[in-house]
Amino acid sequence: MNVRAWFKSGSPWVWLNAAAVSASILMVVGLLALIAARGLGHFWPHPVVAFTYHEGPDQSRRIIGEIQDDEELPASRLREAGYWLPDGTGERITRYLVKVGNRDVYGADFFSAASSNMGPWEYPRGIFVAERWEWGNFYGFLRQVKEAGHVVAEGDGAWTVLQERLSRVRELHDAIRRLEKDEIGAINYRMERLRLKERGYELDGELTPARKAEIEMERARLQREYETVQARLQTLYRDIRRDSFTAEVMTGQVVEIPLATVVRAYRPNAMGPFEKVGHYLAKLWEFVSEEPREANTEGGVFPAIFGTVMMVLIMSVFVTPMGIVAAVYLREYAKQGPLTRVIRISVNNLAGVPSIVYGVFGLGFFVYFLGGNIDRLFFPEALPSPTFGTPGILWASLTLALLTLPVVIVSTEEGLSRIPKSLREGSLALGATKAETLWRVVLPMASPALMTGLILAVARAAGEVAPLMLVGVVKLAPALPLDGNFPFLHLERKFMHLGFHIYDVGFQSPNVEAARPLVYATALLLVLVIVVLNLTAIQIRNRLREKYRSLET
Amino acid sequence: MSAFEPSLSYRRWRHLKDRLAKHGVAIGGVGVIVAITLIFFYLLLVVLPLFKPAEMEAGPSFSLTDAPQAIHYLTVDEYVEVGLAVDEAGRALFFSTADGHPLERIDIELPPGARVTALGKGDPAIEILALGLDNGQVVVVKPVYKISYPDDRRHITPTLEYPLGTDPIDLDEDGAPLRAVALQMGEEQATLAAVGESGQVFVANLAIEESFLGEGFSFEQENTVIEPDLDDIRYLLVSGPQTELYLANGDGNALLYDLRDPTEPELLQRLDLTPPGVRLTSLRFLTGSVSLMVGDSRGHIAQWFPVNERGRPRLVHVREFAEQDAAITDIAPEHGRRGFVAADAKGRLGVYYTTSERLLALAPVTDVPVAKVAVSPRADAALVLDAQGRLHVFRIHNEHPEISFKSLWGKVWYEGYSEPAHLWQSSAATTDFEPKFSLTPLALGTLKAAFYAMLVAVPLAIMGAIYTAYFMSPGLRRVVKPTIEIMEALPTVILGFLAGLWLAPYVEAHLPGIFASLLILPAGVLLFAYLWQRLPRTLRAHVPDGWEPLLLLPVLAALTALAMWLSYPMEELFFEGDMRNWLANDLGIPFDQRNAIVVGLAMGFAVIPTIFSITEDAIFQVPKHLTFGSLALGATPWQTLTRVVILTASPGIFSAVMIGLGRAVGETMIVLMATGNTPVMDWSPFQGMRTLSANIAVEMPESEVDSTHYRVLFLAALVLFLFTFAVNTAAEMVRQRLRKKYSSL
Repeated sequence: MNVRAWFKSGSPWVWLNAAAVSASILMVVGLLALIAARGLGHFWPHPVVAFTYHEGPDQSRRIIGEIQDDEELPASRLREAGYWLPDGTGERITRYLVKVGNRDVYGADFFSAASSNMGPWEYPRGIFVAERWEWGNFYGFLRQVKEAGHVVAEGDGAWTVLQERLSRVRELHDAIRRLEKDEIGAINYRMERLRLKERGYELDGELTPARKAEIEMERARLQREYETVQARLQTLYRDIRRDSFTAEVMTGQVVEIPLATVVRAYRPNAMGPFEKVGHYLAKLWEFVSEEPREANTEGGVFPAIFGTVMMVLIMSVFVTPMGIVAAVYLREYAKQGPLTRVIRISVNNLAGVPSIVYGVFGLGFFVYFLGGNIDRLFFPEALPSPTFGTPGILWASLTLALLTLPVVIVSTEEGLSRIPKSLREGSLALGATKAETLWRVVLPMASPALMTGLILAVARAAGEVAPLMLVGVVKLAPALPLDGNFPFLHLERKFMHLGFHIYDVGFQSPNVEAARPLVYATALLLVLVIVVLNLTAIQIRNRLREKYRSLET
Repeated sequence: MSAFEPSLSYRRWRHLKDRLAKHGVAIGGVGVIVAITLIFFYLLLVVLPLFKPAEMEAGPSFSLTDAPQAIHYLTVDEYVEVGLAVDEAGRALFFSTADGHPLERIDIELPPGARVTALGKGDPAIEILALGLDNGQVVVVKPVYKISYPDDRRHITPTLEYPLGTDPIDLDEDGAPLRAVALQMGEEQATLAAVGESGQVFVANLAIEESFLGEGFSFEQENTVIEPDLDDIRYLLVSGPQTELYLANGDGNALLYDLRDPTEPELLQRLDLTPPGVRLTSLRFLTGSVSLMVGDSRGHIAQWFPVNERGRPRLVHVREFAEQDAAITDIAPEHGRRGFVAADAKGRLGVYYTTSERLLALAPVTDVPVAKVAVSPRADAALVLDAQGRLHVFRIHNEHPEISFKSLWGKVWYEGYSEPAHLWQSSAATTDFEPKFSLTPLALGTLKAAFYAMLVAVPLAIMGAIYTAYFMSPGLRRVVKPTIEIMEALPTVILGFLAGLWLAPYVEAHLPGIFASLLILPAGVLLFAYLWQRLPRTLRAHVPDGWEPLLLLPVLAALTALAMWLSYPMEELFFEGDMRNWLANDLGIPFDQRNAIVVGLAMGFAVIPTIFSITEDAIFQVPKHLTFGSLALGATPWQTLTRVVILTASPGIFSAVMIGLGRAVGETMIVLMATGNTPVMDWSPFQGMRTLSANIAVEMPESEVDSTHYRVLFLAALVLFLFTFAVNTAAEMVRQRLRKKYSSL
């Protein structure tokens, strides 16, 4: 077949169309793979390289760090930027981004190194990495472990001593956090409630001397409680500050680091594969179960996971009955005609209204209008600081309920319409009322459709960020919306959200470079949740279709 | 029979339940639908006050019992409780605005025997006045209202302060009376200017130094005399930055002097503020003391401000209000906004706003000409003095004068700009900032982002859908459709984050490769297809019809890699090693890393599945007998597709594109993260944009509730809502009609 005939047959166009499908698939798969690779790779203990870096003809320094990224670029661009490159450098060179850590010692976390200026790479087994509560990672060679300023271990034995003492510090740290977060948090919470109670009495003009005395007594009791906890904290703090270690960093300087600042320490170059897997799993667990550190760039995302789940749950409580009632009304009770058609089109279109519009509505109507009035009526004692008149998880859930309502209505309606008329007629013929038919026959049969709608709604809500930015999400919430303080569920609180976490850490954080791997990990988590939810919905829908196909025949 | 009794009540109970359910569901259902429509009405409710005219409400009207002689100066405090009148003898009378009874009477400390001959007002935002005396000296005073709350009730104690001390400042050292005086005062320097008896102008520059303890201050004074070539100077003004001096006479002839070097004022411009034969009757600064408001004897009010022309300011005529038909007697600028109130000789009061070119209200306030008018600091009241010496208080409700159709969508000439422009700049650090609320750059940015996204999405999605619906084997289709659906569900925040942090630097580094792939990919695919055609049939039989995409996956991946790999040599060959620099230097096209290409790719990705699914459905549902008929008549599958299937499904494809467009227009996170969010007015693919939605996300959390900014953002949301709703409704109608057509076929 010659080329012209081939073109005339139309087959090239078919191939081009096929290529469009392939391109789309390639994009999805590539995107998922990119996120997965970067997100999962983050927790693996990367080897730490050491090399000599030439900065001038006879000027060099030693660099120790993890290779974080590399890019290829023309050497001329570096030369123009004022870098020195040795003679005989090729046209293209690789520039490595080396994470050297020790922000407190050098001032910057990263060093960018041109491949042409590097000496050979070495992986000294003695290098250790210490993850810290602040100032980022520490890289260096361990020299001594000290207790209250006295050297207790030195040389080869120091590593095991360090590990032992680290586990002690970790226990102390946990104890301190429990005290600070739970006990002091609870005391503060009760103090605040007491203040509001007093103010409430005052506003009503019912602050009798007896009540005042009672409140004062309670306050004194809380104060005493606070002081005992504080005293316990003091001892714990003294204990945790006892140990320290000294280490040599890449500049040759020996620095002393208190153990209290260290989260964990490991020697990546000396780790075996099993150790690495262990480390990996520990890091992964930390990621999903711990709170973030260092302005969200390190640690875990537990509060964000928790906030996302809470918000979605509260949203489901609102959206399910609303969606089902509306769908049942439209399909079963309303007289079918032009009006229902218009309503149906409008509902359908609302699914296409930009989510930010819902956010604007939520902010104006729920937060400022409803919330402001609720505050005036029920929480006058807290004014002028708002209780519900400020963005919070309740308003976020309601806004998203409104946003996902069309999804639930459309899906439920579709489920209801698929139920064969014969079933309804059979039920009615047997003497059931319409409500009974609906409740006992139609709705149970349509329940998979309801589920599909709800799952799709949940998946959409979990990934939606734009409206939440207006109605309740924050980068760092001081407390979870659910805790041990009465009334346990705090609907007025602000919350953290996985999607917003990605935006915030990736774009608003002061140290984007250091935070990037964590953002990939968070993105992976979010994608996983949403893909699983969607696949479930698709599965349910497919099964449902099969089921009714057999019924219809 | 008794056996039936319970059954009857049971039946009644069931009946009741049935009716309850019926009404319950109806109420619930209607309620939900009402709740949804509430969105639209609530947005509208918030937006509407923007377009309301101002309302003026007559308050008390009185004569001052302890009437000073000729009132030189009139003002009112922030709460509209205390008015102040300053007379010729230098007496300040604070009076109640409820009935005019005197509250406090202060004799301004003047040199013995001196009388006030002229009065100059400082910037409208700071209530301050300079009294020019008949001995050539000037005294500067400032009314201060001290507020205390005895018994939880507001109590205002008015006093006078002397910001430059009680010692009078010498302007005319010969001691002749001053005919006009002007003042402008900043933190570190003040400028006083006055017209002397014989027409010369005295300018005093005061460098103020706070003493170390912060209590007292001292200043160094430097005097200059100008001999202007202008007779009978009536008006004299010093601009806010104290760099320009304006002189004008009653015929509207004016001079502009450069005061940047206070010792050597330089004449920059000679101009006429009014047409020949028209008298200049009032000249005031707007707040910020940059714009001049010129009231004339025809009742016109013109705005002039200096525009930078080759490094020197030149006063230009910017806009004119021709709403009143009697001579303007006084103009009172608002303190915090670019609005003003103008009174005329027919006793009418007009409320104007310059930026939006709006006349917000015009109403008669007295039967006699108005002599003076003052606006309260919150612009919620005006105090009017008529020619018979009676005072009238008017409440003004004027919340959002800044907005008009023109200021939202048209070009507006803002203060300090050399020409009218579309600008969005909602807030700045300084208080005397002129907010710029033009939605045009945002709407344009929205359309630009959507356009580039559609450029990527439409071909890919429609071609993909055609193949999937018409050529693909059912087995592969069962995999492809859910994959695309997953693609639709991917949170846009992830796409935006990848676009901003990964794709943008990648595109920047591989720019030639990106453009080359537009050519390499289709050409490579065709080449592969042709070679495949040439392969022996036995080999081809391994891949049945409808599985081509699988075959193309590695081909496409390889071709993309090839394009990216070629990127560098091409850059060396054609673009001197750096396409970015080449664009910027050789073509003069500015390049942002986060640009429209990145947005197009990322948002295209987000829109593909929407268009794909709907198009695919539309094509798949084309009745089979149509295609069979065509094939039976001898058409090839491709001919059948283009002549029969696509033609039949074209309304569906159209609606798919519309819905995709709706999604692209409203998308927030991708544009927020993948562009620099600068509101620019161009279509360049190498520059970013700011869209309506991203703008809302960025600015809404910071806007003050019920402020103009807040309502404008609501308006932006309403615009988005209406646009997407209209587009989606159109698409939905088309689809419904299509469905009917299919069922009839």
